[in-house]
Amino acid sequence: MSEARMPAQLPAEMRWVEPFGIVSLLLLAATQALAILQSPADAAMGHLQKIMYIHVPTAWVGMLAFFAVFVLSIMYLATKRVRYDLLAAATTEVGIVMTALTLALGAIWGRPTWGVWWTWEPRLTSTAIMLLIYVGYLVLRGFAEDEERRARWSAAVGIIAFLNVPIVFWSVKWWRSLHQPQSTRESMSGTYWNWLWINAVVMMLVGIYFIALRYRAARIERAAELKLENAALGRSEVHA
Amino acid sequence: MNLDQAARTTDAGPLGIDLQGAARRFGSRWVLRGVELQVRAGEVVALTGRNGSGKTTLLRILATLLRPNRGTVTIFGRDAAKDPDFVRQRLGFLAHNPGIYDDLTASENLLFAQRMNGLRPDAAERAAVLDRVGLTDAAHDRARGFSAGMRRRLALGRLLLRPPLLMLLDEPYASFDADGIALVNELARETAARGGCVVIATHDLDRASIVMSRRVDVRDGLLFPVAAPDRSLQLVRGGK
Amino acid sequence: MSAELSRVLAIAWKDVTAERRSKANFNAVAFFAGMMLMMFGMATGADKLALGAVATGILWLTVLLSGVLSFNRSYERELENGALDALVLYPGERRSIFIGKLIANLAFVLLVEVIVVPVAAVLYNLDLAAIALPLAGVMFLGTFGFVTLGTFYAAISSRLRAREVLLPLLLFPMLIPLLLAAIEATNALLAGFNGDAWSWSSVLVAFDLIFLAAATVAFDYVIEA
Repeated sequence: MSEARMPAQLPAEMRWVEPFGIVSLLLLAATQALAILQSPADAAMGHLQKIMYIHVPTAWVGMLAFFAVFVLSIMYLATKRVRYDLLAAATTEVGIVMTALTLALGAIWGRPTWGVWWTWEPRLTSTAIMLLIYVGYLVLRGFAEDEERRARWSAAVGIIAFLNVPIVFWSVKWWRSLHQPQSTRESMSGTYWNWLWINAVVMMLVGIYFIALRYRAARIERAAELKLENAALGRSEVHA
Repeated sequence: MNLDQAARTTDAGPLGIDLQGAARRFGSRWVLRGVELQVRAGEVVALTGRNGSGKTTLLRILATLLRPNRGTVTIFGRDAAKDPDFVRQRLGFLAHNPGIYDDLTASENLLFAQRMNGLRPDAAERAAVLDRVGLTDAAHDRARGFSAGMRRRLALGRLLLRPPLLMLLDEPYASFDADGIALVNELARETAARGGCVVIATHDLDRASIVMSRRVDVRDGLLFPVAAPDRSLQLVRGGK
Repeated sequence: MSAELSRVLAIAWKDVTAERRSKANFNAVAFFAGMMLMMFGMATGADKLALGAVATGILWLTVLLSGVLSFNRSYERELENGALDALVLYPGERRSIFIGKLIANLAFVLLVEVIVVPVAAVLYNLDLAAIALPLAGVMFLGTFGFVTLGTFYAAISSRLRAREVLLPLLLFPMLIPLLLAAIEATNALLAGFNGDAWSWSSVLVAFDLIFLAAATVAFDYVIEA
């Protein structure tokens, strides 16, 4: 976003976005590198297993984003303040990107591992369903033109959708367990989990950066619209 | 000037409608640009203006179907945004599209209205109303075959089931023969006599002038009170 | 009778009456469902074994695909004459509109199933007579959740362009847990009414209750202009 396009009255509190973004992206590069380098090659999978250091964090951050949308939706309906709606939309977009990334990485991991791109593994399947649900949210926003309606309907859908997320994961898991014996998950070393958490936290920071970017863009758009509004209302009111 | 108008220009009743600074936009287009309107009990106000001037939007705001983006709407002392049900219990709204169910008969349409309004589903009452609006012969015919005029009569009948204190009529004279027009004006007079407020949005000044106590012109989202030609008992209402 | 119950029943009565009188709609949907069953059967190669394995899945998919056609209509009838405005203006809880329409839609879809299930039994060689009653229970539970979310989302989609694709797009991903549970419960019944039937039926009950509550509350925010 070039400096030239930003209006003079850019909200002061959002100037933190650029430096925050740089720091978080650098951090991500660092933690990824460290995690990959420090971990030994997996006995069965070789270095491929290290994709988990991105794959799992994106999954968690995506889920967290949708939970945030749930909360933001409630807050919008409670207060009717447009900023909650704009933030919810930005968060959904980033959540969808994270989720799509999770699926792509899952397939990339799956191909050499299982020989196929997709095996209907329960968690990946549930993640795909979650992706579809929230893509629906964005498509809805695309069709609803009136600002207030769009915000209200998105909020209602954002709440209902998240209620389904645990149900989806749980029922798909049970469903697969009927049709396919579940492989027991090998216990991972302590350091694996440590690095996973570190990367997850940093991934969350990167997510916040992108959300802030989208949110700021939406706020600027709206501020411009409001300026037009006020100009259009500039004519003196007439009493009757 | 006729006796009706003389009677109507007696002293101020309580304020039925108090619109302050009301503005409403659709997308980026401002349809109402900050208007003020005060209507006292017993008044019949004619809103004149071209299509697209904002008449219907104003009516819909008064009917609590829309909320203004700016400003307040106070009906009989209550804030319409906070307590829409209070307004709706006293409201009779004849919209441009009368909202009749094609697959129900005239009588069934009224029955539905009775039940939705919490009234006793009294068949005699329905018959009486149908008689008043001249639809007795069509009582058991499906509304699908009705002419535009008949539909409006049925919608007026629905209004009669629960005599309103706030009567809003959107182009009530359109598609009506002389009898229908007389009926509309009769109902307007009755409502005003009861202490209610009537707002008629219309092109047809001739018809409205028979019942109106004053006229407000809507132009491009603003209201312009129209001073009546010289009349000894003319009272100029509202405004500051 | 409480005022709210009276309103709920009034709306259900109105929708059912209007639907009954435009019979063309029901017939069309029922035929569409029958056609779907044929086409799915052909798509699986009409092999007896293959069909046996997927029959319940096809049955439920057919129910979903044909049922979804009816939800938008419920609101379109209100929109075509400006009746939705009039409906919203009646004083009282908005949720009565939701429950009333839910009941009417439920009746419609259940009626379609009365035709679809026997046809499926014939085409896919399913012995349903033995499990008729429990099957009715499972069909009802599955349909209830389907109609609940369908009635909710249609309140939104019916007022937007591309409503025919928007409704399934919003609705179907949300229905997947219900679809899985319904299919598995039906399979369990066919396999001799084993314990799984109860388990999956309880999943259906939970799904139904959760979304009945959530959609009823959220409907208030959705139905206003």
